[in-house]
Amino acid sequence: MRALLIRDIRLAVRAGGGFGLGLAFFLIVVVLVPFGVGPDSGLLARIAPGILWLGALLSCLLSLDRIFALDWEDGSLDLLATAPLPMEALVSVKALAHWLATGVPLVLASPLFALLLSLPPEGYLPLLVSLALGTPALSVIGTFGAALTVGLKRGGLLLSLLVLPLYVPTLIFGAEVARRGAEGLETGVPLAMLAGITFGAIALLPFASAAVLRVNLR
Amino acid sequence: MASIWEYANPKKFIQTTDRLLPWLSVLSAITLVIGLIWGFFFTPDDFRQGSTVKIIYLHVPSALMAINAWLMMLVASLIWIVRRHHVSALAARAAAPVGAVMTVIALATGAIWGQPMWGTWWAWDPRLTSFLILFLFYLGYMALWAAIENDDTAADLTSVLCLVGSVFALLSRYAVNFWNQGLHQGASLSLDKEKNVADVFYHPLLFCIAGFVLLFIALVFLRTQTEIRARRMRALLARERLG
Repeated sequence: MRALLIRDIRLAVRAGGGFGLGLAFFLIVVVLVPFGVGPDSGLLARIAPGILWLGALLSCLLSLDRIFALDWEDGSLDLLATAPLPMEALVSVKALAHWLATGVPLVLASPLFALLLSLPPEGYLPLLVSLALGTPALSVIGTFGAALTVGLKRGGLLLSLLVLPLYVPTLIFGAEVARRGAEGLETGVPLAMLAGITFGAIALLPFASAAVLRVNLR
Repeated sequence: MASIWEYANPKKFIQTTDRLLPWLSVLSAITLVIGLIWGFFFTPDDFRQGSTVKIIYLHVPSALMAINAWLMMLVASLIWIVRRHHVSALAARAAAPVGAVMTVIALATGAIWGQPMWGTWWAWDPRLTSFLILFLFYLGYMALWAAIENDDTAADLTSVLCLVGSVFALLSRYAVNFWNQGLHQGASLSLDKEKNVADVFYHPLLFCIAGFVLLFIALVFLRTQTEIRARRMRALLARERLG
């Protein structure tokens, strides 16, 4: 398992792995927003939590199809499937690697991007916490979507259509935590809900992902 | 020894549904005509809503069927996963577009009613939003069916998607409650209330609901038959090419 994790992260970080692309995409979204809605910092501060969450979600989505596609193309996915590692563990490790390679950088970069959108100072901690707690759910749900579409040519568009509705609850609670934090309100309830979704997804979804991956490798 | 699993045999299924279909269609047409004409022309206007109240005869039944269609797909997907009856998978596939159309009807009639009543076509109200999300789920489900060539693989993948999607659709339903306060009134009909809507409106509404239910069953039967026949034809053509 550890070997697989290290291998996946290495593949993601090295050139051509698409590491940093997600971050760059996040940056571009954040830069484009003021062009769309105007540079008024009051307005930007008000929508910053939502924009940052949306940006993180979209850049997470961008890298989903890479989770299995490359391994599928060169056949290493078949080898991994026949390895003694259970399929559930395989998809969990894949999700973890995806989170470490895209989720964690997004979380770490978010305060910087929040600065660009003039988020009020008391909003930084809730934003960071909500993203740190929410992005694992995005990776796990995305791994399920990637497992569903692994055998398809041009599965990318279909992948977004399948995954985005599944992201709705995570986005609602995550953005709510960030918004309430920025307005100085109590964040306990949505934070607990977000944690519930994340841990529930981590606990249950690998079984579904493994099931569909088995079907796809048949 | 009649068991429900007999109908998992495609031949038996087609035989039975062939016999039932004319009855279902005629009954559905009759109840819908009675319900709609009664509802549209022989009920009084509501004292606050005027004649717009009459859209309830399309809005409530279609919304009801939009949700129940997904439930039926969920049950059919479970049956496919557990017992692997092809008819079940095909029935789930057949129900999806019908359910999606019901969702659109509910959203559209709601918008047409909302314009004069709420003064807006659309509001980000929890109920409206969760219906829109349900529609997205239908779209994804149908797109996945369409994208995969192998029938069994497609049936497997879509049924898992249906299960996972149901959980998330339910989560979204309650998450949006949290996210915004509602503009939509409470449930018009529920089984545990003694009186739901004034009787004048209630009786024709029952006819309309029955009509929509029958219409849905008839459409699903018909579409499932079509799917079975299409698959047979593909099998025959393939055999011909080989032989």
